[in-house]
Amino acid sequence: MDLALKPEHQAFADEVREFARKNLSPATKEKTLSGKHYDRDDHVVWQQALGRQGWLTYTWPKKYGGPGWGVTERYLFENVLAEEGAPRIIPFGVKMVGPVIYTFGTAEQKERFLPGIAASTVAWCQGYSEPGAGSDLANLRTRAVREGDHYIVNGQKTWTSYAHWGDWIFCLVRTNTEAKPQEGISFLLIDMKTPGVTVRPIIMLDGAHAVNDVFLDNVKVPVANLIGKENEGWTCAKFLLANERLGIAEVPASKRGVGMLRALSDDPSMAERIADIDLQVQALEMSELRALSTMALGGAPGPEVSTLKVRGSEIQQRIAELAMEAVGEYAAPYQPGMLFHDTNETPVGPDHAPPAAPRYFNMRKTSIYGGSTEIQKNIVSKMVLGL
Amino acid sequence: MDLSLSDEQKQLQEQAERFVRDKYAFDARRKIAATDRGWLPENWAQFAELGWLGMSFSEDDGGYGGGPIETMIVMEQFGKGLVLEPFLPTVVLGGGMIARSGSKAQKEALLAPMIEGKKQFALAWLERQSRYNLADVSLKATKEGAGWSLSGHKGVVYNAASADHIIVLARTAGSAREPKGLTLFIVDGKAKGLSRRDYPTQDSLRASELTFDKVSVGADAVLGKVDEGFGVVEDGVDRAIVALCAEATGCMDAINAATLEYIKTRKQFGVAIGKFQVLQHRMVDCFTNAQEARSMTLMASLKIDDKDSVVRAKAASGAKVQIGKSGRFCGQSAVQMHGGMGVTDELSVSHYFKRLTMIDLMFGNQQHHLTRYSNLAMAA
Repeated sequence: MDLALKPEHQAFADEVREFARKNLSPATKEKTLSGKHYDRDDHVVWQQALGRQGWLTYTWPKKYGGPGWGVTERYLFENVLAEEGAPRIIPFGVKMVGPVIYTFGTAEQKERFLPGIAASTVAWCQGYSEPGAGSDLANLRTRAVREGDHYIVNGQKTWTSYAHWGDWIFCLVRTNTEAKPQEGISFLLIDMKTPGVTVRPIIMLDGAHAVNDVFLDNVKVPVANLIGKENEGWTCAKFLLANERLGIAEVPASKRGVGMLRALSDDPSMAERIADIDLQVQALEMSELRALSTMALGGAPGPEVSTLKVRGSEIQQRIAELAMEAVGEYAAPYQPGMLFHDTNETPVGPDHAPPAAPRYFNMRKTSIYGGSTEIQKNIVSKMVLGL
Repeated sequence: MDLSLSDEQKQLQEQAERFVRDKYAFDARRKIAATDRGWLPENWAQFAELGWLGMSFSEDDGGYGGGPIETMIVMEQFGKGLVLEPFLPTVVLGGGMIARSGSKAQKEALLAPMIEGKKQFALAWLERQSRYNLADVSLKATKEGAGWSLSGHKGVVYNAASADHIIVLARTAGSAREPKGLTLFIVDGKAKGLSRRDYPTQDSLRASELTFDKVSVGADAVLGKVDEGFGVVEDGVDRAIVALCAEATGCMDAINAATLEYIKTRKQFGVAIGKFQVLQHRMVDCFTNAQEARSMTLMASLKIDDKDSVVRAKAASGAKVQIGKSGRFCGQSAVQMHGGMGVTDELSVSHYFKRLTMIDLMFGNQQHHLTRYSNLAMAA
């Protein structure tokens, strides 16, 4: 056992850092460090640069175009990029639907969809939640009825992050209404340009537009876009969710957050609270490394990664909370111009004040999305503890 | 970066598991705790035979070349069994400090026999007023010819009654709480002028109050350098903390397993109480807490041999904060979920709870180490 980095790993970290410094736009980096919102191009330009380098698919097996990195390289890659202020990789293509396609898709589907994901030339979004299917995801009602070589899809998806930027959406749809809820679901890829697909923005409590309703009205989807077998989509869904939960802990970003907290607070009463969250991040990081090294020996992430998601979201919330507390009353002025637009205006109060409260408000989502804290605990209770 | 156990380490783990299974069933432990010594010489002899007493020492020191990971593996199993043999004071603290700071003569006279199972140690650092401050020492050592004379009091000295030698932290210079001016002395457990008041602890270990009345020792009794004992004891304690964290991890696994079993079998309102979501989620929180404790213990075990003393200190304090937090959560939750049975002496759960509680207090509790970690992190 050893935590030390070998010289080749040190060299690897340097290479990643140099790449980030050359390819990450200073304006994008500035948005990360000052807590401003990204626009579409911030993500696309950066992800396409990673794609050209062959690094966007860093979690994929070599035979599907992954770089074949071990746990250490993955760890370093994520950490160095976070330190350099890179935006997080939007997970829907490369971390979610990509692995589903290479695991459950046909040869033709792999050939058709994987290159666009790997190059980030096609943007994906996730059609899981519905108004009546949140935590109880298997209760989803969006109906797909087969007619010849097509499915006719009707229903509504919601909380769809970046649907307004998306070229494609992967959807869970009901193909059998007679079976048990989990057994009548299929995994379908839908081109967002298909007639009948409508996107409506949902504005969040911090004023940001990141999520949407997606309405599907007699949308005609070729059967060739079905991944896996009809009515076996729940298997894909669960596989995807387990993958999602591992990266969702956001450890590198939280490490950066702790560093920023230390830099912006000279109040001694804050020091121990920052130390406490610092240690929680370390515990989470070590737990994630342990999970990854178990996976490196073969095997998918198990249900215990749910605990990483729970803690990871609590930690992100706590960091945002402390950052707001550090600002004090200057968190109050609402300054959307400072968050959404490039501006030369000087902010009211300290530089780090404008995003503090919006970020705190926004981070409440972390214990709700990707399976709420309560759902994660139900999963661990059932799958790990056998209760 | 590699987080997997070697084949030898896996064997060690199995060996330690087997020892606990064979020798430390609940009733067997009760009998051991009730003996005069509070531990069994035959078990100690077995430790020596299995090589556990020497595993973490270098080959130059007569050991088998392992390190903190080996200590972690064994201590974790000891935690599962609430093992009573004085491994921590003798091997981790005493043996470790002698190996790192002892003279060649001291190593030959003390370390080699310890590895063979023939000598035991205790560390006397605490005094009535010290609380968690290692430097708050007033027991005085004054020059007496070529040697020294020790007078004063030491408290809660674990394993003092069984120890052949007691390592005593004494003030040789400086004022009351000054780190500078402290010296470690290796004192014979039966030295003239040394008296003991022995007692059991809350968690069935043995400790003593020690009174030193002009106890004479030679110049060769000094461990390390005169006036510079603080660094040695601080480092020794940091390493002991990491071992203690591993023991706590084992305790948490065991108390969680017992609780999980209990809520699966105990019925109320016509169902197993583990069917209630409020208990399920609390059980998951226990599981998560134990995971975090294991992660921080592993992190600290991997860092505690670092060359930089600040890295070591931060690792030990960081892990101790987690152990304090997780230990309290798992302990209190286990008692609560066991209901009335949890507050009896009859089930193992209360015994793990007591040990976890004492572990938090030992060498500085959660709050103490959070402050220490915070100060170290701010200084960096």
